[in-house]
Amino acid sequence: MGLAGFEVEIQRQQNGGGVVTEDMTLNMGPQHPSTHGVLRFVVRADGEVMKSAIPDIGYLHRSIEKIAEKVGWHGFLPYTDRVDYVAAMFCNHGWCMAAEKLAGLEVPKRAEYCRVIADELCRLHSHLLSVGTMAMDIGAFTPFTHAIREREYLNDLFEELCGARLTFHYMRIGGVGWDLPPGFDEKVTAFLDRFEPMVEEYNRLISYNKIFTERLANVAVISAAEAIDYHLVGPNLRGSGVRYDVRRDDPYSVYPELDFEIPVGRGEVGTLGDSFDRYIVRMDEMKQSCRIIRQALRQIPKGPVIAKVPRNFKPPAGDTYVRLESARGDMGWYVVSDGTAFPHRCKIRTGSFTGISIIEKVSRDLMIADLVAVIASLDLVAPEIDR
Amino acid sequence: MPLDAAGVHARLTARFGDAVGAPAGTGRDAALTVVPERIAEVCTLLRDDPDLAFDCLSNLSGVDYPKAGHIQVVYHLFSYRHRHWIVLKVNANRDDPVVPTVSTVWSHANWEEREVFDLLGVRFTGHPDLRRLLMPEDWPGHPLRKDFVEPEEYHGIATSRESLLKA
Repeated sequence: MGLAGFEVEIQRQQNGGGVVTEDMTLNMGPQHPSTHGVLRFVVRADGEVMKSAIPDIGYLHRSIEKIAEKVGWHGFLPYTDRVDYVAAMFCNHGWCMAAEKLAGLEVPKRAEYCRVIADELCRLHSHLLSVGTMAMDIGAFTPFTHAIREREYLNDLFEELCGARLTFHYMRIGGVGWDLPPGFDEKVTAFLDRFEPMVEEYNRLISYNKIFTERLANVAVISAAEAIDYHLVGPNLRGSGVRYDVRRDDPYSVYPELDFEIPVGRGEVGTLGDSFDRYIVRMDEMKQSCRIIRQALRQIPKGPVIAKVPRNFKPPAGDTYVRLESARGDMGWYVVSDGTAFPHRCKIRTGSFTGISIIEKVSRDLMIADLVAVIASLDLVAPEIDR
Repeated sequence: MPLDAAGVHARLTARFGDAVGAPAGTGRDAALTVVPERIAEVCTLLRDDPDLAFDCLSNLSGVDYPKAGHIQVVYHLFSYRHRHWIVLKVNANRDDPVVPTVSTVWSHANWEEREVFDLLGVRFTGHPDLRRLLMPEDWPGHPLRKDFVEPEEYHGIATSRESLLKA
């Protein structure tokens, strides 16, 4: 964060005809509607073509990792909601998984199913915002309202589940805070019955719209090797054709008992790994999430929803690294315990953090307007970058 | 074929001898301690050896251990090809932590090392762009160090306030 290294320098070039041209340095953000939070890009442009776009982050740095060292194991859970407030369920889940692994806690089966149902609803919640704002950033307003309309139903479901609409604090170390409320499965099924055809409608409305595909096809193509080198995760990685999903390839919770597919980019309208592929993977994933939720509602066993966990929770000294598939992909939690009531260190490696670091590389020689499409296609959520 | 920590350790000691310590910890959290000077070479071998093929730096974190007097940099490596894991740990002297960069091995390390430099003050030699990432460039000290004391104000802005609940 700051201006070092970004001093405005005007470069004059003289071309053959004696015309003098100057590069222009532009600030995009920190407050800009398409940056999805507070982050800044320093763009050096030659006319409409960018020579570089350097991200500048830290505006939403709340020192969540430092807070973890001060508030104790249970006390940190509400803070994890704020790591990625668009997909708070996953952050709850990651922290619980790390703490449970350190303490060797067994989570009741029903609680695991509750977690998976909540996770997948949250994935729909997050992907809807992602694809909706992506359409809006590119200039199509109506799809955004459609996405937000569906998201409102999800908000209501979450409110019924845990009392909150955004920062859920639903999970607890050892299980979940509350069992599914009475009649919840009918309401979720009713929502899914309504929502699944909506994905098709959304595809008809925007996904294959000529203007939309032209804006995304062949823009910011990321090869599979580049994606792995920068550790892109989730839909950004799968958009480049790598069929890897933590839920299937490194399973946790009850995902091995559920049947689902892993959509990857196909280069449908342009090149494999372009912005459209990253977008369409999210659309396809929403259908798979619906499938997972239906199965989980059918298979959920009866029983307790939380294990016996001491109030004074002190996992034995040691460190662990757990991963889960958040809405933005593989999210890593490195947690060190020194055997006391306070974690020694908690490092959160998020999908948006690795996603934004590739922008400097892929934005070269794009048009300024394409930067908006690139940011949206990588599904960057600013609080998750800064933590 | 996937290798466990002992298998990776055997491969590394053949080339680096005592510079790589024996695995400590269980399962996937088993870690090898590497001397700081050799970490970049070790990582290059881990990436390039076809039997190891650690093409992905999954996570890079810094941890402050004031009692032991070092700052530990922890590397979680993953191989998409073989689907195996290894954890490397490097202990740098807390008073002057210097570790060679691995950003030349994996591009992901570039920003992660900037973050560790910013929050814990580890200097990564050979890093192409070692600037603060999250904190303002004139911020004093490194906040994730255990002995960090928050300044009372920053450019005239108070960093704390009295509790409204105080009697």
